[in-house]
Amino acid sequence: MSQEKSVGIVAPQRFRFNEPIALKSGAQLPGFELVYETYGTLNAARSNAVLVCHALSGGHHVAGTYADDPKNVGWWDNLVGPGKPLDTDKFFVVGVNNLGGCFGSTGPLSINPQTGKHYGADFPLVTVEDWVAAHARLADHLGVDTWAAVIGGSLGGMQALEWSLQFPDRIRHAIVIASAPKLSAQNIAFNEVARQAILSDPDFHGGHYAEHGVVPARGLRLARMVGHITYLSDSQMGEKFGRQLRHGEHKFSYDVDFEIESYLRYQGDKFAGFFDANTYLMTTKALDYFDPAFNYDGNLAAALARAKARFLVASFSTDWRFSPARSREIVFALLHNRRHVAYAEIDCDAGHDSFLLDDAHYHAVLRAYLENISV
Amino acid sequence: MTYEKPRGTPRNPLTAKERERFDFAVIANWIPPGERVLDLGCGDGRLLRYLRETKDVDGYGVEIDDESVLACIRNGVDVIQIDIERGLSGFESQSFNHVIISQALQAMRATERILTEMLRVAEEAVISFPNFAYRANREAITGGHMPVSEDLPYEWYDTPNVRFFTIVDFEALCEKLGIEIRERLAFDVFGQPVADDPNLNGSLAFYRLGRKA
Repeated sequence: MSQEKSVGIVAPQRFRFNEPIALKSGAQLPGFELVYETYGTLNAARSNAVLVCHALSGGHHVAGTYADDPKNVGWWDNLVGPGKPLDTDKFFVVGVNNLGGCFGSTGPLSINPQTGKHYGADFPLVTVEDWVAAHARLADHLGVDTWAAVIGGSLGGMQALEWSLQFPDRIRHAIVIASAPKLSAQNIAFNEVARQAILSDPDFHGGHYAEHGVVPARGLRLARMVGHITYLSDSQMGEKFGRQLRHGEHKFSYDVDFEIESYLRYQGDKFAGFFDANTYLMTTKALDYFDPAFNYDGNLAAALARAKARFLVASFSTDWRFSPARSREIVFALLHNRRHVAYAEIDCDAGHDSFLLDDAHYHAVLRAYLENISV
Repeated sequence: MTYEKPRGTPRNPLTAKERERFDFAVIANWIPPGERVLDLGCGDGRLLRYLRETKDVDGYGVEIDDESVLACIRNGVDVIQIDIERGLSGFESQSFNHVIISQALQAMRATERILTEMLRVAEEAVISFPNFAYRANREAITGGHMPVSEDLPYEWYDTPNVRFFTIVDFEALCEKLGIEIRERLAFDVFGQPVADDPNLNGSLAFYRLGRKA
């Protein structure tokens, strides 16, 4: 095994797609831009490209750092790089900010050419299917006919699954981590609380807050706080914070008493400082709507019949947002269709967020699977 | 195409590696080419790999152990990490031709449930296990010790085995569960087939099982 290294200094790229795109909602965008990063080199056979799909809060900056912002390390830097499990000496790795995102791809923060103002709430709702359709345009632009693999965790895993359904001949391997074939009522309920937090913020202004020169930071902060609780496990939260008191005594006020309160407030503030509320709203709806079995009377096996890719499915023992049982639904639907699938249920106490960590066994599983992919 | 079974000689018991190849060859003889096969407790997937290479089977393995799952993935074997002890509920009925449990049934607790489930998900089950009533094992007990042999290579304090049974015991359980024994083979530690009193002379037992009509 060669030594693990960082991909080093990277720079995002941008491409404008001038063909209109018809969205699942029925709306249409006249064209759009995607911001992306690439790591490694596309080989002559164009057979070594891997698409990394991001989850709710991620973006195109998957690995490495920026020359003018060395502390801004990519969100999956522990996985992607020379000698790392997703080895950029072997693979040409692509990270992309999804359509509707807030890190530079066309989205609610962009200027609507028809009005000359920010789209804001007028940006159409986009779905997982729409993201994949947009990814395919990027693949065309990059000269990638077929991805060696599409990989993602959580909502990113749904995109990898959707890739195998929408473009079965353009993806050889789907790596679906800490994901689910659709949200449960409980999952949707948490998303609805997050949305209501944003929608009821007086600074939301029906989604046109940019015109008022404000952001619904309080709503976004609350949304992130409730979301964050679902990303962690009870045991891990107990271990990390327990009932530790900030000031060593009960203050009998609504300021921070317990350390967990401080932590959630910090996470909420941090998130509200860089994420767009409209993108957050839209992304939670994309999660809620994702359900490939919807048009098959809820029969997931029938929905997955058209997939041809080989699959690696992985889940984490303490993930209660997308529990291992949700991953097993995907596995058994693939099994019904006699598709190649390996399934690892990883013992890790960090809950849903485990997929972002570098647990040794988890990374060994990914490394083993990725090493066997021929390029 | 026939597959040569490795044979020990009466003087030299099979080595661990030979035993494994022997086990695989006996099982493979019962698996027609191109079948759909499920291997329970598949370890690092080497039996499935063998069956894929020699019989072109469409195979999946089930394993609970992390290191074994990792090894399967390394070996390019389709492995599903679940706990067999909790049943095979995700597997559809009659979705496999053969389900195999090679040298692993004695290490599982939910024996009846597993046997019943095996014949739910597959048309036939193939099982191999060490016969605890083998002559040398009886002699060990008579001599005051738990048996340790090529086929039972563990001390009592570190054995993964939790169910200790004999050919006669196993057949009684099959009767109770309405399981039909379609074929039985027994071998001694030299890999020689045993016809006479297999419960005494057989160290390893192999069964091909089905549901009674």
